[in-house]
Amino acid sequence: MALLQISEPGQTQAPHEHRLAVGIDLGTTNSLVATVRSGMAETLPDAQGRHLLPSVVHYRQDDAPLVGVEAQEKASQDPLNTIASVKRLMGRGLHDVKSVGSRLPYDFIEETETAKGMVKIRTAAGALSPVQISADILHALRDRARTSLGGDLTGVVITVPAYFDDAQRQATKDAAKLAGLQVLRLLNEPTAAAVAYGLDKAAEGIFAIYDLGGGTFDISILRLQRGVFEVMATAGDSALGGDDMDRVIAQWIMQQAGIAEDAEHKHIRQLLSIARAAKETLTDHDTAAMQLQFDNGQHWQGQLSRAQFDELIDPLVQKTLMPCRRALRDAGLSIADIREVVMVGGSTRVLRVRAKVAEFFQRKPHVDIDPDKVVAIGAAIQADILAGNKPDSDMLLLDVTPLSLGLETMGGLVEKVIPRNTTIPVAKAQDFTTFKDGQTAMAIHVVQGERELVTDCRSLARFELRGIPPMVAGAARIRVTFQVDADGLLSVSAQEQTTGAYSEITVKPSYGLGDKDIETMLREAMENASNDAARRTLREQQVEADRVVNALKAALKADGKHLLKRREFETINARLDKLLHLMRGTNPQAIKAAVEELEQTTRDFAARRMDKAIQKAMQGKTVKELDAEIEQN
Amino acid sequence: MSLTLNHFQLFNLPETFAVDSLMLAETFRELQRTAHPDKFANRSDQERRLAMQHATQINEAFQTLKHPLKRGQYLLMLKGIEMDSQQASAMDQLFLFEQMELREKLESIAKQADPMMALEQFMDSIAQGIEKLINTLNHQFQQADYAACQNSIRKLQFFYKLQEEALNLEEQL
Repeated sequence: MALLQISEPGQTQAPHEHRLAVGIDLGTTNSLVATVRSGMAETLPDAQGRHLLPSVVHYRQDDAPLVGVEAQEKASQDPLNTIASVKRLMGRGLHDVKSVGSRLPYDFIEETETAKGMVKIRTAAGALSPVQISADILHALRDRARTSLGGDLTGVVITVPAYFDDAQRQATKDAAKLAGLQVLRLLNEPTAAAVAYGLDKAAEGIFAIYDLGGGTFDISILRLQRGVFEVMATAGDSALGGDDMDRVIAQWIMQQAGIAEDAEHKHIRQLLSIARAAKETLTDHDTAAMQLQFDNGQHWQGQLSRAQFDELIDPLVQKTLMPCRRALRDAGLSIADIREVVMVGGSTRVLRVRAKVAEFFQRKPHVDIDPDKVVAIGAAIQADILAGNKPDSDMLLLDVTPLSLGLETMGGLVEKVIPRNTTIPVAKAQDFTTFKDGQTAMAIHVVQGERELVTDCRSLARFELRGIPPMVAGAARIRVTFQVDADGLLSVSAQEQTTGAYSEITVKPSYGLGDKDIETMLREAMENASNDAARRTLREQQVEADRVVNALKAALKADGKHLLKRREFETINARLDKLLHLMRGTNPQAIKAAVEELEQTTRDFAARRMDKAIQKAMQGKTVKELDAEIEQN
Repeated sequence: MSLTLNHFQLFNLPETFAVDSLMLAETFRELQRTAHPDKFANRSDQERRLAMQHATQINEAFQTLKHPLKRGQYLLMLKGIEMDSQQASAMDQLFLFEQMELREKLESIAKQADPMMALEQFMDSIAQGIEKLINTLNHQFQQADYAACQNSIRKLQFFYKLQEEALNLEEQL
């Protein structure tokens, strides 16, 4: 094969290759995968034509796990090995888990001093973390996408509730990594829904997205203007959804039927599925008949009217309205400013929810879109763009951080560094000082939440800055910098200003997994699949190199002539040739080194291009004139 | 080079207190369309890092310029004047007295017959106070009377704090 020639910038490039990219809605109850094909975003069905994949995994001792409908069928029969609603456990500790009666849903491993952190569940396939279980769901979706699209995926966009905190986001990203997926972006679910809805309706103005799913609630207020989706505020509850409605119905049945608080797991599973069926029935009927038959001979028969149901769930529905008020307030808006309220998530099928939302916003909410599919569709549209299939798209999503980020200060108080609803990416620095004379180290405790006491917020991470020179109390200047990237993930660094003592971490939440854990899990997963780790590494390097090469070629074509001196151009060209040569080899380290070398050489070029682009944007409306000038030169 | 521009320069605006908020929002979207990391998802790590730096800077500049209080503080800093929070004692007694009265009024709202109505009136008066101060500041910046600006900015801080507390009360009612 001949080397790709690039020496004459301005030549037309090879026709654009369509990259396979998908959007994944990893839901509490159901998950979906969608893609853009021939300009149309659509969800992908399995071989039986089913689009929704129940987010249920059944584990067996010596066999691969079952995912979806097949797993769901095992729920009552083998409840402790059949995990549903795992999303509620992502990035969470044991005390966060809700029970039915006195029963926790699974066989959780007791928390000890040494094994604190995210919950782990004992199953036939060993002790599993929610990250591993989610990875199995993602794996099933990846297989579905590959079969249906006929090739490997370039990347995925995975949606998360807007109100997910850092630990929950990090856990989701870890699950994707474990499933062998390249995450292009974590996208907030209401934002994804707004994309699908907004593009479909060519909507402009201010919209509220009310998203009540199986286990999470989000309200986001967005401004849609010429392709820009700007989140103005978001609020919610990451542990509130349809599951909770099922739970209150189940508890009601337990009272009616005289079922003990500590009923067996399988009976509770049965109860929950009857409760769920009754809830769904009540969307179209005024009463739901229920019948219970346990294998211990106990049986019960009864009816739930819609009025009774409404009364049972009212406290839950009411709990969604406070965040609505707060989001409006944070956006600096009143109800009259909202053009339309769009309902998303399966639980918005519940009539009481629609009525209460209509009452609150003083208008009928928009319920015409498929509340199950819209999030995945939006994610697919974003994935298509991020993968580079639509270079001319002017769509842009500007999201916010849902919860305030801060540090622990003296007396267990929280000093907020980044307030909630700040547009991301964002970086903020704050200076702190020492408390005692001669203090040489400082413990940094990063927390997330709105409350003033550390104990009321979620602890994200702790690390230490050492090597502070001994000084009198209050003399040292320690600058702590928070950076939240476009995925909403936080990294924190600390530096003593006079000596430069430095410490940095990407926040691996106390409730998350270490990089080492992930590596071990990946290795195990690959051994199980008899995959070749070395080949995978090589492939990863080739993909990264490919990305660098393509981006550079496009950059040289656009700006090589204006922004590079002849000698610079030649140096870049030589290193590019070298990389192209190495890419066809089998040495991942050599490819990596060549990529780094090339990036080193093109650093100034990249900065000059960015400056030029910003200069153009600064001119605002005169961009077209500027373009014309450049064309003429 | 763009990273070394100040917020006004980045948004191609004159360094004045009065800004055209529509134009500001428009330029913000235009700048983010250029620099946002999503536009670089398919590029090298280096370019993605660069994009994140720029997008961060654009967000910071927008937040600062959009908010009258932050904008005023930033503009004073550009003029080489450090706001010293310790000097609040230099504020005029009359203003502090008024603030105390407003605070007492806010505290009594919850006990009133129609607290929502009372709160609404209260919020209106705060909003008027803020608007008046913004006009004053605009004038003072034009006159380059930075000592007066400092004083008005401190007053503005009081009003925004009060507004926040009123909104907190609204959430509780």
